[in-house]
Amino acid sequence: MQQRTPLEEQIDLPFVESLRISFQSLKIRFGRSIITTAGITLGIAFLVSVWTNNEIGLALQESGRQSTINTFEETTQTGISTKDIWLIIMSLIVCVVGIANSMLMAVTERFREIGTMKCLGALDGFVVRLFLLESGFQGFSGALIGALIGTLGAVLLGLKDYGLDLFFYFPLLPAQPEDGTARLGVIVVILLGCILGMILAVIGSSFPAWRAAKLPPAEAMRTEV
Amino acid sequence: MADIVVKTEDVVKEYRMGSNILRALDGINIEIERGEYISLMGPSGSGKSTLFNMIGALDRPTEGQVYIDGQNMSQLSQRQIAAFRCHRVGYIFQSYNLLHVRSAHGNVTLPMIFAGMTEKQRNEKAEKLLDMVGLGDRMYHLPDELSGGQRQRVAIARALANDPSIILADEPTANLDTITGHEIIDLIKRLNIEQGVTVISATHDLKMLDVSDRIVDIRDGVVERVRNRDQIEIEIGEVGGE
Ligand SMILES: Nc1ncnc2c1ncn2[C@@H]1O[C@H](COP(=O)(O)OP(=O)(O)OP(=O)(O)O)[C@@H](O)[C@H]1O
Ligand SMILES: [Mg+2]
Repeated sequence: MQQRTPLEEQIDLPFVESLRISFQSLKIRFGRSIITTAGITLGIAFLVSVWTNNEIGLALQESGRQSTINTFEETTQTGISTKDIWLIIMSLIVCVVGIANSMLMAVTERFREIGTMKCLGALDGFVVRLFLLESGFQGFSGALIGALIGTLGAVLLGLKDYGLDLFFYFPLLPAQPEDGTARLGVIVVILLGCILGMILAVIGSSFPAWRAAKLPPAEAMRTEV
Repeated sequence: MADIVVKTEDVVKEYRMGSNILRALDGINIEIERGEYISLMGPSGSGKSTLFNMIGALDRPTEGQVYIDGQNMSQLSQRQIAAFRCHRVGYIFQSYNLLHVRSAHGNVTLPMIFAGMTEKQRNEKAEKLLDMVGLGDRMYHLPDELSGGQRQRVAIARALANDPSIILADEPTANLDTITGHEIIDLIKRLNIEQGVTVISATHDLKMLDVSDRIVDIRDGVVERVRNRDQIEIEIGEVGGE
């Protein structure tokens, strides 16, 4: 009576179904999601503030204004100084490591969940897609907030250094000054920050999720965190 | 003619830990008939869970073959294995393994989502199953808001979501008190009798004995002996008479 036909192939889930599951997961784990997202926000805020600060500095030097307070040697030179490049690279590293770390943590504590979903019939691809969606959303929202916070920070710093002149010469848009160097402008920096945050979050989460999904469920479920 | 659901052929499982190789299963040959209630018994570390994982396609044997419904499991594609886990087997674990982000209802519907059922079908079935395990009034609680026994009931309801022909239960009562454990065993036994589901249960819990058709004793990764129901009853009688 229970004799079955040969084994069927597992179907793919409709996209909306994956989307629904991922949002539900984000919502219920709201506290934890916020912490992970905060990791992204901090990394991007740091990067964008350093970068925007640099853009502001360059734009105001361009305009012939000198910092009213800060008369460090570097700020009087034209072009990006070594110190600024160093700062940007450092903040980039902090940002990459911070985001990768918080995503890795968030996935590792869910190995058991991944194994369990596979017991219930999830395909490896579904698991990866779930983490891609969740981290993409977290990455984008976290990075956007971070970019805005970072910009705000740089503006406040600029106000302190240059006063209201800052707003006359604010480097909002990309520019091509005479010395041939290219200026990205704050909008592009914000945009790049968002994209970077999202990409880092997605890679940082779906790569470990993919590795976990490849494991036999018995292994994945063994991991205790 | 006996209808064999599960057959293992010289199944060996080795775990590699650095340079050490641990032989958790050392040539297991068992045949399980459709509709049977089988208990795998043995001391801690004897290889029960490992065998359970092999039969349920949760891990691959190092050597040997597992046949389910005559199908050699090592020859299945990834999609076929996922479908097998989804439709043919219901898993029940010692530690429940519920998804803590989903309510009781959400846990029970997940395998049905994977099976491609419509939302309406899923909801009806989940309500029916949760009613059956006595959780009709706790449907939208998260696992964290339920007791151990209630969580295991959710796990049982979830295991039944896609009408599996086999239930694999790895020490389903180990984390429960005696009375709750009995209730869980009764529930599984009822499914076995009423729906003809084959039950394979790992345990070192003696109260599982009197519901089993056969008991497979495992020690150090080999089958030590297989006892039938009548033998079991004699032994229980002896123990009881002392
Ligand atoms: N993933 C693993 N890596 C290394 N060794 C393992 C792994 N899984 C199991 N083992 C070992 O294999 C042996 C059998 O383990 P198994 O979990 O199957 O025992 P068990 O009979 O289920 O025990 P228990 O009753 O305690 O659950 C044990 O010695 C265990 O240490
Ligand atoms: Mg075990």
